Amino acid sequence: MHPAKSVIFFTTASGAGYGLMVWLAMAKLLNLLPLQPLFACVAFGLAFILIIGGLLSSTFHLGHPERAWRAMSQWQSSWLSREGLAAVLSFAPMGLLALYWLWPEQALLAQISGPMAWGSIIMALLTVFFTAMIYASLKTIPAWHSRMTVMAYLVLSLMSGAMLMALLTMLWGYDGAGLFAIIALVFILFGLGVKLLYWARLAGKKAVSTAGSATGLADFGAVTLVESPHSTDNYLLEEMGFKIARKHAAKLRKIAVLLGFLTPILLLSLAIMLENSSLQIVLLFAGVMLGGIGLVVERWLFFAEAKHVVTLYYGEHAI
Amino acid sequence: MTSLPKNKPQKKLGLVIDLDICVGCHACAVNCKEWNTGGHSAPLTDIDPYGAKPKGVWFNRIHTFEAVHEETGRSRTVHFPKSCLHCDDAPCVTVCPTGASYKREEDGIVLVNADTCIGCKLCSWACPYGAREYDEDEGVMKKCTLCVDRIYNENLPESSRAPACVTTCPAGARHFGDLGDPSSTVSKIVAKRGGVDLMPEQGTRPVNKYLPPRLKNIDKTNDPASPRMLAHQDSSSDGAGLLARWVDKLLS
Repeated sequence: MHPAKSVIFFTTASGAGYGLMVWLAMAKLLNLLPLQPLFACVAFGLAFILIIGGLLSSTFHLGHPERAWRAMSQWQSSWLSREGLAAVLSFAPMGLLALYWLWPEQALLAQISGPMAWGSIIMALLTVFFTAMIYASLKTIPAWHSRMTVMAYLVLSLMSGAMLMALLTMLWGYDGAGLFAIIALVFILFGLGVKLLYWARLAGKKAVSTAGSATGLADFGAVTLVESPHSTDNYLLEEMGFKIARKHAAKLRKIAVLLGFLTPILLLSLAIMLENSSLQIVLLFAGVMLGGIGLVVERWLFFAEAKHVVTLYYGEHAI
Repeated sequence: MTSLPKNKPQKKLGLVIDLDICVGCHACAVNCKEWNTGGHSAPLTDIDPYGAKPKGVWFNRIHTFEAVHEETGRSRTVHFPKSCLHCDDAPCVTVCPTGASYKREEDGIVLVNADTCIGCKLCSWACPYGAREYDEDEGVMKKCTLCVDRIYNENLPESSRAPACVTTCPAGARHFGDLGDPSSTVSKIVAKRGGVDLMPEQGTRPVNKYLPPRLKNIDKTNDPASPRMLAHQDSSSDGAGLLARWVDKLLS
């Protein structure tokens, strides 16, 4: 599949934003952090920038962005529609939670802050789950048609959110910072496991469709394309026929694992062991940045490595 | 609108494509383009049509495949036109977030409403057959309409009220009719010739059917009536005449 920059940015950025929102809400529910307005401005601001930036970027690849509002109407059948609806609805609890953190003394906000925190957690996770289901529900792309896709999206969202949370709490010197660094570390390990399982499944997966089943000619023997319908690439080949050399894929996987998981594991472990808070901040910041690049590589591969069954009509033999 | 019709369409208009007859002339694709660039989903935009890399929207594309039998080594070349199969369980319809993509209850035709399509391309990802194409110029998805603007068109003579690809096929390889009615001509052809679904494992239950090429004696292993397949290195003189055998002996 063609790895569109807008969708890669959308899924990684909004994933991290929703993850951060989950941990902020969790911190409120467990009373882990003091309620300081400046921290609220920065933390919720960052979460909203990531979420809104991602959502806006996802509309850039639309042919008619001005009609994007229509995408919320078909929630009964379409995962994309459910995602759009959940994304918009989630702003209510998340926004109120942010307001409460800014004005904790406001009685009404304080009263509803508990349910709003729960609402933020549920809606953030639901939105990420719906995003994942857009991909996991497609039978035509067997690489994605799996629970592993959903697991990966949820875990990587919580992982990147936890890394941001650890960095922010460390910046403010909160007591909870160490706990969030440990949570981030646990989720990085979890994320690495999920991605390794995802790739293992990809390697061991049996073909779902073949050129024989695509043409109905399997009884006549091994089916090969001898002539393409056109003399140049068409939309289908550009969108669905993206190819990445196997050796590059292997190299990029190593880069994704190294930057996205192993380096953050090392940097976070060091940060947890150290006492010096300014060095801890530097380590966490480096972890967030390198981890972010690793996640972008991982997401690029998620698209580039996935093959679509329509390519069976363009020379592939089994997908 | 995006959900499939609650009452399953009784009438299932569709195509039956005879792979035994198709000669791969591309006339169906050309006439499709000709009609539809002025029809329901007009225009079928071309990008750089006279340049080095022309591309554009086509509802019908003709591929050519070769099937080589593992045992006999014999091959068949099959021309393979492919357009929307107007599936019973059309995944392109249910993934649509706006309701622009829909399946008609009255005849099962799958269409796109260009006024509400946002051009997210997800329907093209969900379709196993490559039936949906993005019009870069208009920013919406386009697809075969089964010539919905022809088949019911009272301004046309009755003989022309069929999809453009069917009326133009010079070989008679394409049939149009109601595949939901077991007594229709198309249903009978499908039953008689063992018409197949493309990628049945994808669970789309396509309406369009493909008739596989008829088996010929050359497809059957060791049929004495079939022509010999000569090996590249012929070391035997079996069946040769007296003189030829003598020469063979002399030379070897």
